[in-house]
Amino acid sequence: MRHIISLLMENEAGALSRVSGLFSARGYNIESLTVAPTEDATLSRMTIVTSGSDEVIEQIYKQLNKLIEVVAVMDLSEGEHLERELMLVKVRAVGAVREEMKRMTDIFRGCIIDVSDKTYTIQLTGTGHKLESFLQAIDRSLILETVRTGASGIGRGDRILKL
Amino acid sequence: MELTGAEITIRCLQEEGTEYVFGYPGGAVLHIYDALFAQNQVKHILVRHEQAAVHAADGYARSTDKVGVALVTSGPGVTNAVTGIATAYMDSIPMVIISGQVPTYAIGEDAFQEVDTVGITRPCVKHNFLVKDVKEIASTIKKAFYLAKSGRPGPVLVDIPKDISNQKTEFSYPSSVNIRSYHPAQHSDLEQVKCAVQLLLAAKRPMIYAGGGVILADASKQLTELVRLLGFPCTNTLMGLGGYPATDKQFVGMLGMHGTYEANMGMQYCDVLLAVGARFDDRVVGNVKHFNQEKRKIIHIDIDPSSISKRVKVDLPIVGDVAHVLDDLLAELHGSKEKPDQQAIAPWWAQIKEWRGKNSLVYKNSDEIIKPQFVIEKLYEVTQGDAFITSDVGQHQMWAAQYYKFDKPRRWINSGGLGTMGFGLPAAMGVQLAHPDAHVACVTGEGSIQMCIQELSTCKQFQLPLKIIMLNNRYLGMVRQWQQFFHGNRYAESYMDALPDFVKLAEAYGHVGMRIEKPSDVEPALKEAFGRKQQLVFMDFITDQTENVFPMVQGGKGLSEVILAEDL
Repeated sequence: MRHIISLLMENEAGALSRVSGLFSARGYNIESLTVAPTEDATLSRMTIVTSGSDEVIEQIYKQLNKLIEVVAVMDLSEGEHLERELMLVKVRAVGAVREEMKRMTDIFRGCIIDVSDKTYTIQLTGTGHKLESFLQAIDRSLILETVRTGASGIGRGDRILKL
Repeated sequence: MELTGAEITIRCLQEEGTEYVFGYPGGAVLHIYDALFAQNQVKHILVRHEQAAVHAADGYARSTDKVGVALVTSGPGVTNAVTGIATAYMDSIPMVIISGQVPTYAIGEDAFQEVDTVGITRPCVKHNFLVKDVKEIASTIKKAFYLAKSGRPGPVLVDIPKDISNQKTEFSYPSSVNIRSYHPAQHSDLEQVKCAVQLLLAAKRPMIYAGGGVILADASKQLTELVRLLGFPCTNTLMGLGGYPATDKQFVGMLGMHGTYEANMGMQYCDVLLAVGARFDDRVVGNVKHFNQEKRKIIHIDIDPSSISKRVKVDLPIVGDVAHVLDDLLAELHGSKEKPDQQAIAPWWAQIKEWRGKNSLVYKNSDEIIKPQFVIEKLYEVTQGDAFITSDVGQHQMWAAQYYKFDKPRRWINSGGLGTMGFGLPAAMGVQLAHPDAHVACVTGEGSIQMCIQELSTCKQFQLPLKIIMLNNRYLGMVRQWQQFFHGNRYAESYMDALPDFVKLAEAYGHVGMRIEKPSDVEPALKEAFGRKQQLVFMDFITDQTENVFPMVQGGKGLSEVILAEDL
């Protein structure tokens, strides 16, 4: 099953490699991993999308907690949560396609952030599922480049992961 | 007064009460060696290879309750040390490794003797640090010792670039450590303890299975009290030997791949299992599916939450320091109105007695040729069961574990998790330094000993009167045994040819060498060797080439699917 795990860790050199090293050494899946400092510059917030049996997820949770630099871990998918991902797509946009591409972008509540005489660069945020849908909705042969950040997640309401 | 980073490093070791540093100098640690030279509180033991430095620090730590310390240079110094670090990591041994690094300004430039030490060692340390500011050396070393010893222990590495060890700053050693992201479990959940007591008292076929965690937590006193109070059978893992007295009638021997019949059958068919500081690893429970076919309630005490339900699903986990949890369990038992009912478990003991009757450790002795088991039995008698025994890895390790009856903790020193050949001799050096008046014997084979044999030179320099008990069967015995059982007797590269004359070799290093070829000579030779209190004696026992280790649970098989010697 797919799980989205959120963690707070010391914002120190090498901390990221401890997490990624743990996943590769123990053979756990990483679908995506995002990391950036928080409002407290000494802490980084990481979101890992992974999948595995309940036993594997339990081990992932425990093994992450065991890393010395990890401050707190939460399996967001155990409760109500939100997740968002950012995608940038560069498409070939000439002639009639330009109008169609603009229309699709609007439908998906994206925006065009760069325009040249042959291309558009479209910015889209949402769940991974929504981003997939967009890619399916447009003519695939027009896609020149796709960049996705991977999911960032946060608990709903009072579910807070803090020091 | 300002001190250099190197001086601070040594001051930190002094503050930690470090007696011995095991190490090898090199370019990146020259300042640190200079600072070592200028004092005499911390003594340095010069090994002949960095792997041995770490193993020696490891042996020192295992045989005491202290943190072992090793010091190595950058590049090859560190890569040589990695085997030792991984060995300590697998067995959760508290250790601090200080490594030199190329100067900060040269890091990343493929400088001479540069490796990414923090990167290379990351998967085999509890934690590691690269110190980039001289002001952080003291606090980092303080943290390193704290991390190494607290919670589930393990090796911690501190990498110090050469320029940092030469810069100056004020020295003050922190009196306490606070790591906001690290809070190892201490006390147990008393509700869980109460539930455990109820389960234990209701058991009809109980079993207590204790591992290395009991040794590491110095909890053998509590374990022994608990086992006796309950009247239950107790087994130890390879790492847990000595945690419960092996000569006690409630001890059913070691369990696992080469465990006794009664221990493995008891483990398989019990209805309540109390696991204490053990981790259900593959050499202990064999095939998990097969193990799970029998229904039983499992109580698991461990300090590391990630050890719980990792391979075997546990019904009642108790996370905490093993000694504290056992104290709580004992208090709860003493306070309980219900008492252990010996009548209720009498049929179970009768069953165990029947299993014991198989006499699974019996072997066919000989007047013609030395049986390796016989050597260990005689070693036990001659040392009156009171020696520190280190071992290498292979058949001799299993025989030592099976036939030397360890009644005390920290007497059996072996590489259980990683299975590192070459461990025995350097580990014995650390043990002997920690216990200068004790008998220390290294049980080894002609394969293993050659992996760190250079340390005979260290033993000479520091006058370490070890006794090396080499069971020489001219084979990599355990490899040969597996080849015989599982690879159609095709002994691919497991024959040890062109062996040196070990007697002459020992003599060349300045020690005493003995070759023993007849069973009748075994005991007198051992007596003579242990009589030489000031000398290292290297004993080359020429043993039966075809002897195998029994009982044996093959890899992938279940605990009750055991092969006994009589089956073949």
